[in-house]
Amino acid sequence: MALLEIQNLNRRFGGLKAVNNVSFNVEQGSIKAVIGPNGAGKTTLFNLIAGNLPANSGKIYFNHAQINGQKPYQIAKQGISRTYQNIKLFHGMTALENVMLGRHIRSRAGFIAGMLNLPWTWPEEKEIRDKAQEYLNLLGVAECADTEISNLSFGQQRGVEFARALATEPTLLLLDEPAAGLNIYETAEIGRLITKIKESGITVLLVEHDMSLVMDISDEIVVLSFGEKIAEDLPHNIQQNEEVIRIYLGDEDA
Amino acid sequence: MDLLKRYIPVLFLLGLVIGIQLMTHFTGTGYYLTQLTMSAYYSVVVIGLCVLMGYGGQISLGHAGFFAIGGYLAGALTTHNLMPFKDYGLITFLDRTGMLVASKDLYGGDLLTVEPWAACITAVLAAGIIAFTIGGPVLKLKGHYLAMATLGFGIIIYRIGLATQYFGEADGISEVPGFKLLPGIEVSGSFGARVLNYYIAWAVVIVAVILLLNLIHSRVGRALRSIHGAEEAANAMGVNTSRYKLYIFVLSAVFAALAGVLVTHYNGGIGPSEAGVMKSVRYVAIVAVGGMANIWGALIMGIVLNFLSLRGVFGSYDDAVFGIILIVIMLFAPQGILKINPWQQVKSFFSVLAAERGEDTADS
Repeated sequence: MALLEIQNLNRRFGGLKAVNNVSFNVEQGSIKAVIGPNGAGKTTLFNLIAGNLPANSGKIYFNHAQINGQKPYQIAKQGISRTYQNIKLFHGMTALENVMLGRHIRSRAGFIAGMLNLPWTWPEEKEIRDKAQEYLNLLGVAECADTEISNLSFGQQRGVEFARALATEPTLLLLDEPAAGLNIYETAEIGRLITKIKESGITVLLVEHDMSLVMDISDEIVVLSFGEKIAEDLPHNIQQNEEVIRIYLGDEDA
Repeated sequence: MDLLKRYIPVLFLLGLVIGIQLMTHFTGTGYYLTQLTMSAYYSVVVIGLCVLMGYGGQISLGHAGFFAIGGYLAGALTTHNLMPFKDYGLITFLDRTGMLVASKDLYGGDLLTVEPWAACITAVLAAGIIAFTIGGPVLKLKGHYLAMATLGFGIIIYRIGLATQYFGEADGISEVPGFKLLPGIEVSGSFGARVLNYYIAWAVVIVAVILLLNLIHSRVGRALRSIHGAEEAANAMGVNTSRYKLYIFVLSAVFAALAGVLVTHYNGGIGPSEAGVMKSVRYVAIVAVGGMANIWGALIMGIVLNFLSLRGVFGSYDDAVFGIILIVIMLFAPQGILKINPWQQVKSFFSVLAAERGEDTADS
């Protein structure tokens, strides 16, 4: 069984079918990309998987367990982590503190332990801090650790968000347009990073507009258009797929 | 190291508390201690609310309600005579378990009332349970809507106090006995116990400050701040945001109720004005002046403003002053009054001038 199975998923907004009867699988240890023109339903699909939106019908299985209908924090605890198209970091907190939040599900000190500052929480706090710093180092934004998040550049914020998502030690990482707003060098860097993440054993599902990045790193590609899946194949087959070329470049007659 | 940095201001506060007491002792101004004691209790409400608002990002315009729940329940339980109900099973049971105390009233009649410790625990638990019950649905609301809902709650509590005979209607409850915390340590307004009560109140404040400082520097505190920063992302990181919001709401309500209990025993009574909407607005204003996410700011402002108010400095414009403070702070110092750095402003003013000069000379 695949790590993530999406079966006949539907989501409507009023009369608009944002996600229309979409099914596909994501195999353990692979990188799968979801592409499609603007408004194809890619981000809606992500929100359905992460639990931010309820589906109208259909099922999502993760690690053999049905996850649709669960709350985002419950899904996160099972090992799905994500980044956002428009970066969502915690304002008023430093970069390090942001990444420390990624360790939330890997630690357990509660209200009472926190208020009494119980000694058993000290090594836990230290571990949270050390791990968070490690992920900042990994993403090359270690120097931002003590800077408040709104004072960072866009690229640095993206790095911190990435570090935060990785800090949860996810099984499946959802990346919503990781290369948006980055220049070609930074995009190439992100590509290498995602490959490295895959090599460390994390499965990646990403939404991306940058075709060269998608073609480079993906093992498989799903194409959405107006909420429907119109193709699912290996990258070089997708490049040849006439339907895909048509929706991206338009009809010859048009 | 971090821990040291966290607790040094607490030691400083302790020194200040002792210093002020000694100063009033030698200058013969011991009457200030009464207002300082009450300010201390009110500050417990304020710092609890500060963690809810500044760190959790949830507003409450109903905290005077929780204060009143604590105060009214403790007051009513420790003053109403249970003698006529002596033969009821429940009362006999409570009497046998030591939850009731017998005493004589002014005219030598027999009084049977709830023991203050039992009353205190009941009152604080009741406030916690009420906060838990209303918090569930109410905290689903955000921003103005949450403010409106908690305001409504405060008004309900105020009206209940005003309309219920058990709670003394417009007169409130008076002749509340002292609260013996330990043998020889009693919260009461008696003249001879003024210094002792000053230290009791400040001990409560210091314990409350330490607990909250620990909390905000813990994993839970971080999670609360993340909810404030970006609730959706916090949820995606595995933070059960609705539960955290509820718990911090309950915690701040418990702090308010505890303060209510202690003030009621200290004053020997409580009236409906303690539950009034203007009291809630006052607490919110103080948190805002202190800088929202700043426990020390809230504490300092809580002491200073409550002290001035209790000394009658604002006269009959008391509530108006707090309204004005809220407006002015929101307009000119949304980061709180302690974040205003006059020297910085003077410097930036002159640097702007200098820059303009520079441009002038460059042009010519």
